[in-house]
Amino acid sequence: MTLTQIRTQSKEPEHPPRKPTGATGMRLIVPLQGVVQGRGGLILGSLIPCALFYFFHLYLKRHRSANPSSNPPSPSASSPNLADIPRTASRSNLSSRGSFGPGRASISTRAMSIAKPNDSPYYIGLDKVSGNPYDRTSNPDGIIQLGLSENRLCLDLIEKWMAKNLRDSIVGTDGDDLNINGITTYQPFDGLMELKVAMANFMSRVVGKVVSFDASQMVLTAGATPAVEILSFCLADHGNAFLVPTPYYPGFDRDMRWRTGVELVPVHCRSTDNFILSVTALEQAYNHARKRGLKVRGLLISNPSNPVGNLLPRERLFDILNFAQEKNIHIISDEIFAGSVYGEDEFVSMAQILEEEDFDKNRVHIIYGLSKDLSLPGFRVGAIYSYNENVLTAAKRLTRFSSISAPSQRLLASMLSDASFIEEYIETNKKRIGNIYGLFVEGFRRLGIRCMESSAGLYCWADMGKLIPSYSEKGELDLWDKLLNIAKINVTPGSACHCIEPGWFRCCFTTLTEDDIPIVIERIRKVAETCKSPG
Amino acid sequence: MAIEIEQPTVGLSKVAVSETHGEDSPYFAGWKAYDEDPYDESENPSGVIQMGLAENQVSFDLLEEYLEKHSEASTWGKGAPGFREHALFQDYHGLKSFRQAIASFMEQIRGGRAKFDPDRVVLTAGATAANELLTFILADPGDALLVPTPYYPGFDRDLRWRTGVKIVPIHCDSSNNFQVTPQALEAAFKDAEVMNIKVRGVLITNPSNPLGATIQRSVLEEILDFVTRKNIHLVSDEIYSGSAFSSSEFVSIAEILEARGYKDSERVHIVYSLSKDLGLPGFRVGTIYSYNDKVVTTARRMSSFTLISSQTQHLLASMLSDQEFTKNYIKINRERLRKRYEMIIEGLRNAGIECLKGNAGLFCWMNLSPLLKTQTREGELTLWKSIIRDLKLNISPGSSCHCSEPGWFRVCFANMSEQTLEVALKRIHNFMDQRKTETN
Repeated sequence: MTLTQIRTQSKEPEHPPRKPTGATGMRLIVPLQGVVQGRGGLILGSLIPCALFYFFHLYLKRHRSANPSSNPPSPSASSPNLADIPRTASRSNLSSRGSFGPGRASISTRAMSIAKPNDSPYYIGLDKVSGNPYDRTSNPDGIIQLGLSENRLCLDLIEKWMAKNLRDSIVGTDGDDLNINGITTYQPFDGLMELKVAMANFMSRVVGKVVSFDASQMVLTAGATPAVEILSFCLADHGNAFLVPTPYYPGFDRDMRWRTGVELVPVHCRSTDNFILSVTALEQAYNHARKRGLKVRGLLISNPSNPVGNLLPRERLFDILNFAQEKNIHIISDEIFAGSVYGEDEFVSMAQILEEEDFDKNRVHIIYGLSKDLSLPGFRVGAIYSYNENVLTAAKRLTRFSSISAPSQRLLASMLSDASFIEEYIETNKKRIGNIYGLFVEGFRRLGIRCMESSAGLYCWADMGKLIPSYSEKGELDLWDKLLNIAKINVTPGSACHCIEPGWFRCCFTTLTEDDIPIVIERIRKVAETCKSPG
Repeated sequence: MAIEIEQPTVGLSKVAVSETHGEDSPYFAGWKAYDEDPYDESENPSGVIQMGLAENQVSFDLLEEYLEKHSEASTWGKGAPGFREHALFQDYHGLKSFRQAIASFMEQIRGGRAKFDPDRVVLTAGATAANELLTFILADPGDALLVPTPYYPGFDRDLRWRTGVKIVPIHCDSSNNFQVTPQALEAAFKDAEVMNIKVRGVLITNPSNPLGATIQRSVLEEILDFVTRKNIHLVSDEIYSGSAFSSSEFVSIAEILEARGYKDSERVHIVYSLSKDLGLPGFRVGTIYSYNDKVVTTARRMSSFTLISSQTQHLLASMLSDQEFTKNYIKINRERLRKRYEMIIEGLRNAGIECLKGNAGLFCWMNLSPLLKTQTREGELTLWKSIIRDLKLNISPGSSCHCSEPGWFRVCFANMSEQTLEVALKRIHNFMDQRKTETN
C-alpha cells in the first residue's frame, strides 16, 4: 500500500493556487518599471503597472460574467446506486477558483477545498478502520482503532440506567403517561433550561464541586464541534488568527477554520517541557503572527490536553490569563476531557481560577460536551460557557443552526439529574480509564516505547522516535503507514497534530478491553522489530 | 480616590455584532407583544393570539397514537440492545435506516411520482441549517442567490449571516398571483449584474411561504430552463410538500427532473424537513437532497457542525418506514389542513377580507390593502401595529417578507386549536364591522 500524500509541517495554503494571470502580470510590470524613469520613477514605475494590471484584471472579470457557457453539459448519471464519488477528471472539471466550469454550475471556492479528498493521516486512518474494523470474534484480522478518542469503558453503566429508567418510551419522562407534548414544538435554540441546569450541575461535579456553573451563562449546541466553530465566528473575523499550542486535536483545523476563514497559528511546545505551554513560546508565536500581518483574536487551549493528556498547572493558567489581558485577546478553554482525569494531578478549570482570582472574565469562554466524559457522542451535546454577555447573545442566536434534538435533551436532563448515578459513573469512569491506561503504558514500556507523563484523557502520547528510520516527518509517516497497513493498528501521528518533534503518536485505549491490550502490543512488537534503527 | 483607567474591552467579530440576525427589526415587536401577553383559552382569553408562527399542531394526535402503539420501536428494548451503537454513532453519513426512511417518506409525499436515493440524502439539524449549508457550498462571500418575493423572512438571516452571501429579489406581484415569470428572472439577474454581483443560484420555496400556494408545473419548467441557461444552481425548499391540501396539486422539481431523464440535474438540490409536515420542529430534522455528487460529499462533511442525535434518527427511522402509518398520516394531515384553510378563508370572507387562492402550507396570504390609509410600507406597518394593539393578533406583514405590494399579511392557522381560530376570526369580524359603521 503506497503512502498517501504527505502533509507538510506548515499549514496548507488557505487559498487555491493563483490564477495564471498573476504570472502574466509580473511579466508586464517589471519591464514597465524600467521604462518609467526620473524623479518619482520608482514609485510611478510601480504604481502605473499595478494600476494597469488591476484594470486589466477587472476588465477580464466583467467580461467573463457575460460569456454564456460554451460547452454543453455531459450527460449526468442518474446514479440510482451512488457508491463512490466519481473521480474522473472530466466530471470534476472545475477551475481552481470554482468559477465558470464549462456548462456545469460549480461549487464555491471554500467548498472546493472541503470537497478534496482528506489528506490528513488522522482522517485517512479513520476511514481505513471503518472499511475493515477489528472484532475479536468476527474479524480478528481487522484494523484495531486507536485513532478515535472514544470511551467505551462505562457504556454498561449507561445501558443499565436506560433499561431501568426508560419504561415506556424515550420521549416520556418519569415513566409517566406517554407525552411528547412540549418537546415536539419549537424550543429555544440554545437548549432547554432543564438541560442547562443539569449540565451546570454535572460540570460542577466533574471538577469535584470546587466551582459552581451558572446555567444562564450556558449555550447548548449539537456537539462540541459546532461550539468551537460558533466561538470562532463570534470572536474573530475572516483572516484573523487564533494561537493554538501544539500538538493539538486535528479537528481544530476544520472546526475553527473551514467556514470562518480564520487562521490557526501554532505555539510550539516541546518534550523538554512535557509539551506544556510556555510563555516564551506564546510571545514568540504572537510576534510571528504580527510579523505575518495577522491580527490575533484569541488563544485556544485544551485542558486536559489532547493529544498529550496532561494538565495545565495553576501558575500556567495565571500566565495565560495575564498574557491574554496584556494583548487584549480572548481565551477559549476546551475542557471536554475534564471528567477523564484518572491521575494524581489536580485538574484546575479556568472557571475555578476566575472564581478565585481577579482576572477579566469577559475574555474567557469554556467549551464542554458529553461526548467524552459521558460516552455519548451520538446524542450531540456540546456547550459554550461564557462570562461575556455579548458573546452569549451572539452565540445563542447562532445555535439555530446547531440545536440539540429535543427528545435527547429531555433524556439527558433526566440522566444528568440522577445524582447518585452520576456520582457512581464519574468515579467508576476514572478508575477504569486509569486501569487501562496503566496496562497499556506498561505494555508499551516493555516494547521500549515510553509515553509522556499524563493524567487525563482517553489516550497516551507515545514516543516512537527510536523506531523511525529518519528523524523527520517523513520517517514518522513511514512508521504510521507500517502500523496501519502491516500491524493493522490505527494511531494518530504527531504531524497530524502539528507536533514539532517527529516520532510522537497518539494512541487511544478506551475502546479496548484488557484482553485486547496484549494483541495490540504484539502487533506493534512485530513491526517495531523491523524498524529498529541501526546503532 | 484612585483613578480608574478603563481597560480596553476585548472585541467581538463583525458576525457577532452584525444585525443580520434580524431580531432587532421592527417586526420583532409582534413577537414581543405575544411573549408579554400570550393568549390562553382559559387563563388569558384576551391575550395576543400567535398567528405568526408556522407550526403544525393539527395532526399531533396521530403521532402520539403511533408512539403509544409502538413503544418498543421507540426505545432500545429490554436491556437496551443497539443502544451502544447509537450512543457512539456520530458518523456524518447518518443511520442508513433513517436515510432510507426519509427517502421513502419523500417519495410517498410525491405520490410515488419521483424516486429518491437514500445515498443522496444528507442530514442536518433542521432545514435552517440545510439552507445555510447549501449556501456555503454553492456561493462565495459577495456572491448572490436570487429569491422570489415575497419570501420567508428567515432567509435574510439563514442565507446571508455567516455566509456573507447576498439575496437579490425576483419581484413578483398580485397581477398573476405572485408567480415567478421569465421576465422577472431575467430582471433580477440583470439587477445583480449591474451591481457587479455574481449570481450562483435561484432559491425557490415550493409550496411557497408565505403565499401558501404550490408553484405550477409550467413555472417550474421555466425556472429550470433559466438556471440551465445561466449555468447556475437551483435550490428547491420543499419543506411544505406534505402540507399541500391535495397530493396531485403539488409538483416537485424532482418530478420535472425525472421527466427530463435527469439531464443536467446536477445543478438541482432539494431541502426538506420534518418540522412542518410532521409537526416535529423540536426534533431538529432537516435534509439536503442533491443530484450533485460533489455537493453531497461536501454537504456531508460540513454536516459535522449540525448532526442529528442518533437517538432521534433511530426513533424516527422506524416510524417513517412504517408505510401504513405514513400513508395514513399524510392523507389525514392534508385533509385537516385543508379544513382549517377553508375555515379561515370563509371566516375572513364573511368579514369582507379576501385572500390569495391557496392550496398548501400552514398559513394564508391575506389582502388588507383596501384598509391601508396610504398604499405604502409605512401604511402597512401602521395597520399592522394597530392589529397587534387592538385586535391582539400577531400576524406577519408582507414587508417583512419583502413583498413589493403593501397590504398583504401572512396568517398562520395550524398552530392553534379550532376554538382559538374561532376567537381570532371573531375579533377580525368585529374589527371589520366596526370599520364599516365608522365609515358609514
